[in-house]
Amino acid sequence: MIHSLFLVNASGDIFLEKHWKSVVSRSVCDYFFEAQERATEPENVPPVIPTPHHYLISVLRHRIYFVAVIQSEVPPLFVIEFLHRVVDTFQDYFGVCTEAAIKDNVVVVYELLEEMLDNGFPLATESNILKELIKPPTILRTMVNTITGSTNVGEQLPTGQLSVVPWRRTGVKYTNNEAYFDVVEEIDAIIDKSGSTITAEIQGVIDACVKLTGMPDLTLSFMNPRLLDDVSFHPCVRFKRWEAERILSFIPPDGNFRLLSYHVSSQNLVAIPVYVKHNITFREGSSQGRFDLTLGPKQTMGKAVESVLVSSQLPRGVLNANLNPSQGTYTFDPVTKMLSWDVGKINPQKLPSLKGTMSLQAGASKPDENPSINIQFKIQQMAISGLKVNRLDMYGEKYKPFKGIKYMTKAGKFQVRT
Amino acid sequence: MLDSNKDSLKLEAMKRIVAMIARGKNASDLFPAVVKNVACKNIEVKKLVYVYLVRYAEEQQDLALLSISTFQRGLKDPNQLIRASALRVLSSIRVTIIVPIMMLAIKEAASDMSPYVRKTAAHAIPKLYSLDPEQKDQLIEVIEKLLADKTTLVAGSVVMAFEEVCPERIDLIHKNYRKLCNLLIDVEEWGQVVIINMLTRYARTQFLNPNINVNEDEDEEEKEKNAEAPAMAKRKPYVMDPDHRLLLRNTKPLLQSRNAAVVMAVAQLYFHLAPKAEVGVIAKALVRLLRSHSEVQYVVLQNVATMTIKRRGMFEPYLKSFYIRSTDPTQIKVLKLEVLTNLANETNISTILREFQTYIKSMDKDFVAATIQAIGRCATNIGEVRDTCLNGLVQLLSNRDVVAESVVVIKKLLQMQPEKHSDIIKHMAKLTDNIQVPMARASILWLIGEYCEHVPKIAPDVLRKMAKSFTNEEDIVKLQIINLAAKLYLTNSKQTKLLTQYVLNLAKYDQNYDIRDRARFIRQLIVPTEKSGALSKYAKKLFLALKPAPVLESPFKDRDHFQLGSLSHLLNAKAGGYQELPDWPEAAPDPSVRNVEVKDSVRAVGTVTFRDTGEEERKPERKSKQRKSDSESESDEEESESESSQSESEDSESEAEIKKKKKVLILRPYLNIKTTKHSCQFSFISFQAAESKPPTKPVKKENKKEKKEMSLLDLDDCEYFRLCTLSAVKVNIKVITFTSAYLCPVCSTEETKKPPILLQVQKFRCPFRKIIRIPEMSLSLFSTHTKKFFVSIQPPVGELMRPIFLTENEFKKEQGQLMGMNEITEKLTLDANPPVPPPDHPIHRFAGRTVTSSSLVLVTVATKEEGAAQLTVNCEKMLIGTMLVKDILLALTQ
Repeated sequence: MIHSLFLVNASGDIFLEKHWKSVVSRSVCDYFFEAQERATEPENVPPVIPTPHHYLISVLRHRIYFVAVIQSEVPPLFVIEFLHRVVDTFQDYFGVCTEAAIKDNVVVVYELLEEMLDNGFPLATESNILKELIKPPTILRTMVNTITGSTNVGEQLPTGQLSVVPWRRTGVKYTNNEAYFDVVEEIDAIIDKSGSTITAEIQGVIDACVKLTGMPDLTLSFMNPRLLDDVSFHPCVRFKRWEAERILSFIPPDGNFRLLSYHVSSQNLVAIPVYVKHNITFREGSSQGRFDLTLGPKQTMGKAVESVLVSSQLPRGVLNANLNPSQGTYTFDPVTKMLSWDVGKINPQKLPSLKGTMSLQAGASKPDENPSINIQFKIQQMAISGLKVNRLDMYGEKYKPFKGIKYMTKAGKFQVRT
Repeated sequence: MLDSNKDSLKLEAMKRIVAMIARGKNASDLFPAVVKNVACKNIEVKKLVYVYLVRYAEEQQDLALLSISTFQRGLKDPNQLIRASALRVLSSIRVTIIVPIMMLAIKEAASDMSPYVRKTAAHAIPKLYSLDPEQKDQLIEVIEKLLADKTTLVAGSVVMAFEEVCPERIDLIHKNYRKLCNLLIDVEEWGQVVIINMLTRYARTQFLNPNINVNEDEDEEEKEKNAEAPAMAKRKPYVMDPDHRLLLRNTKPLLQSRNAAVVMAVAQLYFHLAPKAEVGVIAKALVRLLRSHSEVQYVVLQNVATMTIKRRGMFEPYLKSFYIRSTDPTQIKVLKLEVLTNLANETNISTILREFQTYIKSMDKDFVAATIQAIGRCATNIGEVRDTCLNGLVQLLSNRDVVAESVVVIKKLLQMQPEKHSDIIKHMAKLTDNIQVPMARASILWLIGEYCEHVPKIAPDVLRKMAKSFTNEEDIVKLQIINLAAKLYLTNSKQTKLLTQYVLNLAKYDQNYDIRDRARFIRQLIVPTEKSGALSKYAKKLFLALKPAPVLESPFKDRDHFQLGSLSHLLNAKAGGYQELPDWPEAAPDPSVRNVEVKDSVRAVGTVTFRDTGEEERKPERKSKQRKSDSESESDEEESESESSQSESEDSESEAEIKKKKKVLILRPYLNIKTTKHSCQFSFISFQAAESKPPTKPVKKENKKEKKEMSLLDLDDCEYFRLCTLSAVKVNIKVITFTSAYLCPVCSTEETKKPPILLQVQKFRCPFRKIIRIPEMSLSLFSTHTKKFFVSIQPPVGELMRPIFLTENEFKKEQGQLMGMNEITEKLTLDANPPVPPPDHPIHRFAGRTVTSSSLVLVTVATKEEGAAQLTVNCEKMLIGTMLVKDILLALTQ
């Protein structure tokens, strides 16, 4: 299946290679570089590149290309999904997944890759199992290791792989038993010029942080499970129970994991929590353009809209922008023409606005496109769809865990066309 | 440092070496020094040595042999994980000399106690195969063995090995098909992908196309005209094979997987295998994947684009999910556009066009160009909006960035109905001064040439301008100038004769041979000379022939002959090792190959579906009525055969079970679905020669409107389920699916004209024999006339009795031995209409044997005058006897 993996950084250097079968020369990456050059933007490199003898399937994460070399037919999503899993694992291990972090931990990376694939077929991708095999490096452990000469390879052999619940290791012990669940919803929306909504969808996830002793069996029920239209589960969730009773019943993995991601049925109207008043104009002939943007809250159920960030890709003809924000700060990158305005919290009494002029390239004709505005925001303590967790129960263990639920709404791909 | 005796130093050295390997530097010089450490105690050093060994062993085969003995020792370690890792490294060393050792190790590991080691063995198979393909036959044996494995851990890996080594040996799957379907949900996600893909191919070869009838409906009229008789014969109702249904049912929950590859695999399975009505379920899941990483989006959109061509309705509700955001990468935008275009129809075109209008203003020029082409395609596909689109595109002509693309699309559109649009052509003629893109210029020139009769004044003028700049044009434009000149010469030679001559002269000395050729050819053709042949007469016809309008179609058309979700599909080219998705078979291959011995399967999973001879029976019936009796006896024989074998295999177990429970369970009363028209009150069960008549009893009469259906259900011991038909009607069992709780055979009945005493016995095995409390069962019978009736039966746990043939003397002798405690006698009064048809035989005797304990059961019904009768049951098991008496009494007196 997967023959080799090359890690390529933004400047086009291969800084790590790993082969699971016979060695594939790194010159195969030349085809990739060719495609990379052809693409104007880094994310425009096609994920699948056919070469005379191999196929290259690549994934771009954290400005690093993960290029897998394939020799024969394999579902491309299989490889892509696996590469993403690799990146997730690296992130889990090193906190960040950067070139520097990978280079610093090259031995751990190599050990991980060795465990994750056998002859190109995924072997162990559950982070719980991997962590049993290879302990993640921490500062303390590195110190201890250098002094005592002990290793960060697990002494005992993994048992998780053999168990019925491969996602949970055995013999977990905590002094404080806690289970936290974060319900995070994202609004994806496209708002057109006049302010009416073209599409709006709510996508949500429930991320959990479970630190419980032993083998707890949890059930989580919702007040209004009907809201959930389309769901995908962590493998631990018992599907039959959900089908029958709309209750999430599961033996949780240890630590952080994504329990569920869902889509709220599209019949429900989505409340859009912010509105934008905009006026971006360029005049024919003059080298000036006007820029006027005002944000305001709308349907927020009394909660504050926080950490608002507005960004917009201005037309290529814009040389500079001279703007005046009523609050927050703005930056304009004259190279990428990216304008971003960090608004912060929206105060309903005094609406934040950004006004000013843009200077255009002299002599160039008026840009005929209008920039679209991307908005990010957060609203704490509220799930915009109205989803509510009813109760969380634990069976199988005797102690009483500490439970907590947090709600949050975020902007996903929230775009305003102008 | 490697020679040091301190582990920490060794470790440090190994780390550096691994870092070198990672950077792609050659570290093979160190091979001897590293190999020495293979027996090192320190686990981390050991692991790193393994990494090194696997990387360089191929290059230094001789030295690598030094390490082999260490692994061989590891293979015998009591710890399963060490055994597994030794096998893993051993098989990863690509040294041809050790092939026999590897083979041996794999064979041994394949029968290891630990599933983890077996899994590793499965992984090792493709490694060995790639090293030495000659081992194939032996490896297939191992695969066959591992395929029969019942643990989820092994399933994924062995199917992967199967796919790499012998994907053509589909026959290996038969026996394991149901098991794989049932295990599927518990297999790890990567294995799921491989298994689903394999099962898709398998199902394509083994089951009938579920959409075959749908297609037939579409061209029904045609068929009726052509040949009514064969059409009628062909239009049998399609009933899905239960195994096919099983696959669809078991894969459906996987649409909810978090792994995009699994979702995609299920989606393609549904797309390729499910009946049309059911494919819709995958749309939602696929749309969900669009939220994922852009690479995932890319692949999913490619597949969605293919699906939308075939099944447009499926994605229509999700139209808005394909709207484009300015932040999407260009390749995603273009694919979304493709999907939107495919989804466009009369109802939603206005919304889509409005969206397109916003896209045209985008900054991304490639994307704008793609949008214009999309508009063009919408316009060709949907006649109503053609004019709107055209006008919109003409407006775009003022936009300098996209004008070229617009022109090309307009050209294609105009070709469809040129008469109406001469003003557009004029407008475009004006643009020749500004447009620089060669493709667009060529398109305009071609248009003017083609429709020069619509614009008689402008055309010569354009030619004049072009002639002036001829030398500076691109080749493609030059060719079109020559064409234009020729066409004008033919239609309007007075004005353009000189110009044409001039252009042709210029072309004669062009650098490009193509252009020179064209010029020479055209000169001969159109300019009349003395020598000019017959061709020039037809010049006008040649040049101004009506040309068919181009068809704008999706690049994704016809891509679905590749299996969706595969690499080949994505590239639209066959990738190495791609397995073609076979076409549906004309007739279903024998499904009984998937039957498995009961014991095994029961142990493997809680619920297994069994089906027996149903299929064999169905086939002969189709053929002719004469053969019916033959086929029946055949099936009867078969049945009894299998019955006996099964009962043998189960005897010990169930007996033990019964003993443990300390109760003998009752004989199951029979269920008779009565017909009203035929007013047959009683059903006979006769098996082969045995003349036995078990008591019958109408249990439930559901549907009084039911016409001619009569079946007798016989359930007992939860091992057998019988469905019998009598006389008037044959019942064909087409689909029977069992779950632990439900049993729903679907039957279709065919009427036969004269009711001969026909009996069909079909036997099904219920898998819930170990369940003490019987789950509720529902049985649904579907007749061809779409009259459905549902029967709910609550089968008590009982004993199965098999009728046996005894002569009267034997009967009496046996009866004599079963006197006393074993005899139960009961008096009863029969109705005026006695259940026993021939009234001149006053005593009826029935003999049978229980299947599990094969104890004899004798039933005597002695009739007397005026409906009085005496019932005697002799059985060595008293409980059974009492139960039987009760049941018979109940049946007879009702």
